[in-house]
Amino acid sequence: MQRLLSGYLPLLLAVVVMMAPLIWMLISSVKTRPEIFTVPLQWLPERPYGGNYTEVIERYPFGRFFLNSVIVTAVGAGVKVLLAMFTAYALVFIRFPAKKLIFILIIVALMVPPQVVIVPNYTLIADLGWQNTYLGIIVPGLGTAFGTFLLRQQFLTLPRAIVDAATLDGAGHWRKLWHVVVPISAPTIATVALVTIVSEWNEYLWPLIIVDRPDMMTLPVALTLMQNADGTNNWGVLMAGTAMVVLPVLVVFTLLQRHIVAGLTQGATTG
Amino acid sequence: MSAVLAEPSRLATMALRETQRPPSAPPGVSRPGGPGTDDAGPDRTAVARGRRRTRGREALIFLAFTIPNLALIGLFTYRPLFNNVYYSLLQWNLGSPTARFVGLDNYVNWFTDPHSWNYLRITVIFTVATVGGTIAVGLLVATVLNQRLHGRGFARAVVFAPYVLSGVAVGLVWMFMFDPQFGVIAPVIRAVGIDPPNWYNQPGWALAMVIIVYVWKHLGYAAVVYLAGLQIIPRELHEAAALDGAGPWRTFRSITLPLLSPMTFFLLVTVTLSSMSAQSFELIHSMTRGGPVDGTTTLMYQIYREGFVAGRAGYSATVATILFVILLGVTLLQMRFLERKVHYS
Repeated sequence: MQRLLSGYLPLLLAVVVMMAPLIWMLISSVKTRPEIFTVPLQWLPERPYGGNYTEVIERYPFGRFFLNSVIVTAVGAGVKVLLAMFTAYALVFIRFPAKKLIFILIIVALMVPPQVVIVPNYTLIADLGWQNTYLGIIVPGLGTAFGTFLLRQQFLTLPRAIVDAATLDGAGHWRKLWHVVVPISAPTIATVALVTIVSEWNEYLWPLIIVDRPDMMTLPVALTLMQNADGTNNWGVLMAGTAMVVLPVLVVFTLLQRHIVAGLTQGATTG
Repeated sequence: MSAVLAEPSRLATMALRETQRPPSAPPGVSRPGGPGTDDAGPDRTAVARGRRRTRGREALIFLAFTIPNLALIGLFTYRPLFNNVYYSLLQWNLGSPTARFVGLDNYVNWFTDPHSWNYLRITVIFTVATVGGTIAVGLLVATVLNQRLHGRGFARAVVFAPYVLSGVAVGLVWMFMFDPQFGVIAPVIRAVGIDPPNWYNQPGWALAMVIIVYVWKHLGYAAVVYLAGLQIIPRELHEAAALDGAGPWRTFRSITLPLLSPMTFFLLVTVTLSSMSAQSFELIHSMTRGGPVDGTTTLMYQIYREGFVAGRAGYSATVATILFVILLGVTLLQMRFLERKVHYS
C-alpha cells in the first residue's frame, strides 16, 4: 500500500503529465475542423482523419524542409564533432605553452548565449551575401565549445601509458588520435555526436533570422511559417506539421535514449 | 600499436599504475624522454637542441589541430562581444549603410526607459521561477524514479523525452492546450471547480503559461542529473539514519539533500544559463512573441525584437551587452558563493 501511494501513483502521474501533450498533438492532428472547434471538447475523432497531413504536404514544400534539416544537421554535427575531437586531443596530449588560457577561453565561450551575438553575426553573414544559403545557416555555429569540453574531460581519464606506448612505437599525433584515442573513446564520441545532432536539428533562432525563403527553411523555422499562415484558426494542420517534426526525433530518441541521456547529463557527475 | 591493445593484462597493469598518479598531474610528467629524465647524459646539448626542435614541431601540430575551431569560436563568439560594445555606441538601423555615433545615449535611454525595468522584472521572475521549478520538480521526480519500481526505465525515458524535442514544436502544442476556448486545459480546470484564467490575454497568466511549459520541457534533464547523484549515495547511510530513528523527511533533509549539493550547484549554473538565454527564446517566440502587452518580454527577447523586428541594431546591441554583463555577474556569483557550500563526498 505504501509502495502504491509513494511509488506507483506518483510514477503514473509523472508519465501521464509528460505524455499527455504529445498524445493530444497526435489526436488533434487526425481530427476534422468541426471536431476541433467545438464546445464542449470532443476528446476523440469519429474516425482518424488524414486530411491535415495531406494539407501540410500540399501547401508547403515539406520534403524540402526535411531535406534542409537533414543537410544542416549532418554537415553541422559532422564538422563540429571532428573539430571537437582535434581540439580536445590537442588540449590533452600535445605540449603547448598557453594551453590553460585556451581552455579558459573555450569555457567562457560556453557562457555566451546565441542571442547576445546575433546582431554582429547577422551583419557579417549578410555582408558576405550568405543569407538563404546553407553556408550562412551552418558556418556561424560550427565552432564548438561544448563538444570540446566533454571530449577533453573524457580524454583526461584515458590511461596515459597507452598513448605513451604508441609514442615509443613511433606513432605521430595523427596516428595516435585515430588509432589509439578515438577507438577507446568511441562511446563518448558517439554520445557527443548524438547530443550535437539533437541540438542542430532543433536549432531555431539563427536559421530564423538568416533565412526568409521557404525553400531554405529548416523544420523548426517552417513550423513558424505554418503558424504565421494558419495561426490559431487551423490547429489541426498545425498539429499535423508539429507531429511530422517531432516524430522522427521521438523515434530516434526511443532507440538511443540511454546514450542521449548519458551524454546530456555528463559534466554533472564528471564535474 | 595493435600489439599493445591486444595485451589486456599489460594494459590493465598500466592502467592501475596510472591511477596512482593524481589526476591533475601536468601532462608529460612521467612521459619517457620528458624533461628531467635525460638531462644528465653526456651529450646534453644535442639532446636539448633536439628537444627544442620537437617542441617547435609540437607547437605547430597543436596549432594545426586547434586553429579551425578556435578561429570559428573567435569569429562568431568573441568578435561579436566586442562588436556589440561598438555597435551599442551607434544609432544604426539594421542593414543601413550609415550610422551615427551617439556615445552612451543608448545606455542612457535603456536605463531611463520604464519599459526596461519591466523587462528586467519579467526576466527575474521568469528566471527564478523556471530555474526553481525545474530543479524542485526534477528532484521530486528523481526521488520517485529512484525507488525500485516496475517500469521505471520507461518512465525515465518518458520524463526525459521533451528535453530533446524542438522548442517551437513544444510551444505550439502547449499553446493549443492552453487555448481558452478549444484547448484541453480549461475543461480540466473547470472540472476541479475553478474558473480558468485567460492565458492568452492576461500578461501575468501568459508569463505563468510560458514558465509551466519551460519547466515541463526541462524537468527531465534535472531529474536525470539528480538520479545519477542519488544512485551514488551509499544505502548504508539511509539505513544508519533509520536506525537512529530519523523519519524519511529528516533523512532527506539531513542526508540526501546535502549529498546532492554538487548536482544542485551544477543544475543552478546550467539551467540559469539556458533559461536566461537560448532555450527560452523558442518557447516565447512560438507561444506569445513577448506579449500580451509585453507581459512575456524578457531581456533576451528584447534583443531579438529591437534588432530584427524594429530594426534598431545599435539599441539591440546595447541590450545584448547589458544582458551579457548581467549573465556573467550571475554566473560568477553562483560560482563564488555557492561552490563553497557544496559537499563533495
